[in-house]
Amino acid sequence: MLTRIVRTKAEKGHHVRNQTVKAAVLVAGALLLAACGTNKTESGSGGGNNQSCDQSKGTLVIGVIAPLSGGLSALGLGIRNSAQLAADQANEKCAVPGYKLQVQPEDDQATAQVGAQAATRLSSNANVVGVVGTLNSSVAQSVQPILKGKNIVQVSPANTNPSLTRGAEYGTAPKRQFENYFRVCATDDLQGPFAAKYLVGKAGKKSIAIITDGKTYGEGLAAEFKKQAEKDGATIVATAKVGEKDTDFSGVIGTISGSKPDAVYYGGEYPQAGPLSKQLKDAGLNIPVMGGDGIYDGKYIELGGKEGDLATSVGAPTDTLDTAKAFVSAYKAKAYKDDFSAYGAFAYDAANAIIGSLGKALTGGAEWSEAKRTDVISNVGTYSAEGATGEIKFDQYGDSTNKLLTVYKVSGGKWVADETGTFGG
Amino acid sequence: MATLLQQLINGLVLGGLIALIALGYTMVYGIIQLINFAHGEVFMVGGFASLATYSYVLPESWRDHGHWPIALPLMALGGAVVAVVLAVAMERLAYRPLRNAPRLAPLITALGVSVILKEAVRLWYPGATAPVPFPRAFVDEQFRFQLGEGTVTIGATAILMIVVSILGAIILQTYITRSRMGRAMRATAQDPDTARLMGVNPNRTIVLTFTIGGALAGLAGVLYGIHITNVDTEVGFLYGIFAFTAAVLGGVGSIKGAVIGGFAIGLIKTLSGQYLPGGTQYDLVWIFVLLIVVLVFRPQGLFGEPERVRA
Repeated sequence: MLTRIVRTKAEKGHHVRNQTVKAAVLVAGALLLAACGTNKTESGSGGGNNQSCDQSKGTLVIGVIAPLSGGLSALGLGIRNSAQLAADQANEKCAVPGYKLQVQPEDDQATAQVGAQAATRLSSNANVVGVVGTLNSSVAQSVQPILKGKNIVQVSPANTNPSLTRGAEYGTAPKRQFENYFRVCATDDLQGPFAAKYLVGKAGKKSIAIITDGKTYGEGLAAEFKKQAEKDGATIVATAKVGEKDTDFSGVIGTISGSKPDAVYYGGEYPQAGPLSKQLKDAGLNIPVMGGDGIYDGKYIELGGKEGDLATSVGAPTDTLDTAKAFVSAYKAKAYKDDFSAYGAFAYDAANAIIGSLGKALTGGAEWSEAKRTDVISNVGTYSAEGATGEIKFDQYGDSTNKLLTVYKVSGGKWVADETGTFGG
Repeated sequence: MATLLQQLINGLVLGGLIALIALGYTMVYGIIQLINFAHGEVFMVGGFASLATYSYVLPESWRDHGHWPIALPLMALGGAVVAVVLAVAMERLAYRPLRNAPRLAPLITALGVSVILKEAVRLWYPGATAPVPFPRAFVDEQFRFQLGEGTVTIGATAILMIVVSILGAIILQTYITRSRMGRAMRATAQDPDTARLMGVNPNRTIVLTFTIGGALAGLAGVLYGIHITNVDTEVGFLYGIFAFTAAVLGGVGSIKGAVIGGFAIGLIKTLSGQYLPGGTQYDLVWIFVLLIVVLVFRPQGLFGEPERVRA
């Protein structure tokens, strides 16, 4: 009798334990699926309230959607600060008569779902005049339709995936996707081939391994690179994929090392690319890693990017244009905590395109209302100015007409511009 | 052949790291039936604490390469001490008040603690909004040998990782089976009330369990840092999930299970990426396919023995 009771108790305990484990497995699965779904908002430093301008009609908001936390925050914070700089300057110059401009930064954590929440929050505010963002093409895909629903103009400093403006058939049958969406940077169907021309033609690499991170940006860029590299006579000897949050790449390196590549093209961003470059070298593959604008950041070198690694980035180097120099010195004067990074100048131009178009829509003392948003969109479409990254002007799809690209090389522990040009077929 | 050996080595290194973290999961579960989801964050904090020891505590002259025999043990100590303090504080403040509450309450609390720790480090550690570079505070050398057509490479940090994880598991197993406190731990795991009647102080035993788990996680943090050469607030979550899976696969509560589960996951990840269709794109899929298959046929995991003593 006694033994029976004890056994039942043991069985019961076992049952409870199993349930706990099951519940835990479920929770773990749910966590993996919805990895980090929180939102953080950081308020900007606020525009200087200049007494000489009439700001009696209230405050209008420019939204910024970019990763302000996490691995890509170096790029995102540069975007936020640069948009803030543009708004501050506009407030000083009374660029928008009667109103004060304010920047509302929203963190998208480089995640499409969080970006959608940020876009929803911004679009619920009647005083939002436009949005600068996003950094990631994958996030843009979910932000575009939400902002379209409220006719809010969106100018991206950094989305390089061609389908965002011209649709899936961007090469053969381009079709405008969203009339409220514009971007100030050149796209991957130019950037990828531009990189291929350099790596195969100029650097003479013929056996190339391609590694991607599975995100919209990396996959698109690598696909465009591959097409041109093969056309130019190189062989893609291996392709592999890394996880978005991976830190140990030894397995991936093992799979490509057998095919003896003489260069690696990486479609993705610097938090993975830097350590990958270092681990390649440690594994005995001391070959250059090349990537796109997503790895063009000082952090890439800090995290293990090695001498001779290459990156393409959109636009001309910021120290070659006078307008760029003005931007850099104004940015430095503000003493922001973070560097302007790869997209600061683009974000500055994007914000100025919105501000200029808003000012035009409100000339003659017009009142802001949500109905004015369509005017802002059409004004951005015809906008033309000399910005920090060159001429800012948009074509019929919303793409920038400025197709300049630059190859940078790691040399002496920093990125040095190597070649600037456009991709011409 | 060289590729196979290389991937086996890669898998063992990853597996050793996972096993070190999984030990903490499995011990805590064995003794208070709590899946301590915040344990992955203890590992992450250990990594940051050892980095802080290097950057803010060590004198400048010890930060060069030649001083690693002094610098590395001090960094390991710093990482382990902070991790232990954190794990014990976690037990005292978050889990002990819920000792007799329904099982789900401490589980949810553990998730909350995990989020708090991750965000706290992200906010307060300088530069932790992005991955932070970690010094190469160990022999910075790669050993290569020729095997047929290919070359096999193994880094000094990789060897250290495998050695420390296996040694750690052996010492822990011996301690639990041979020492007086080990016996007390096993007794508490089996039946806390009876253990108390026999003169075992359950609170002390539980604190000891968290201490050992925290120390191992802190150590894993240092090893991770010198091997990967950067730390990131996200790694606690990522490797925490791997380690939790390893513990479930091996049978939660079993030390042998945690170690074998850890190595199994490391090896499956690298070998499936190399040899199975889909390549590295599907390596995580195979890990969880194996987990499901094992749980269907052995719900208690590979080495979990529900009727017998756990520690």
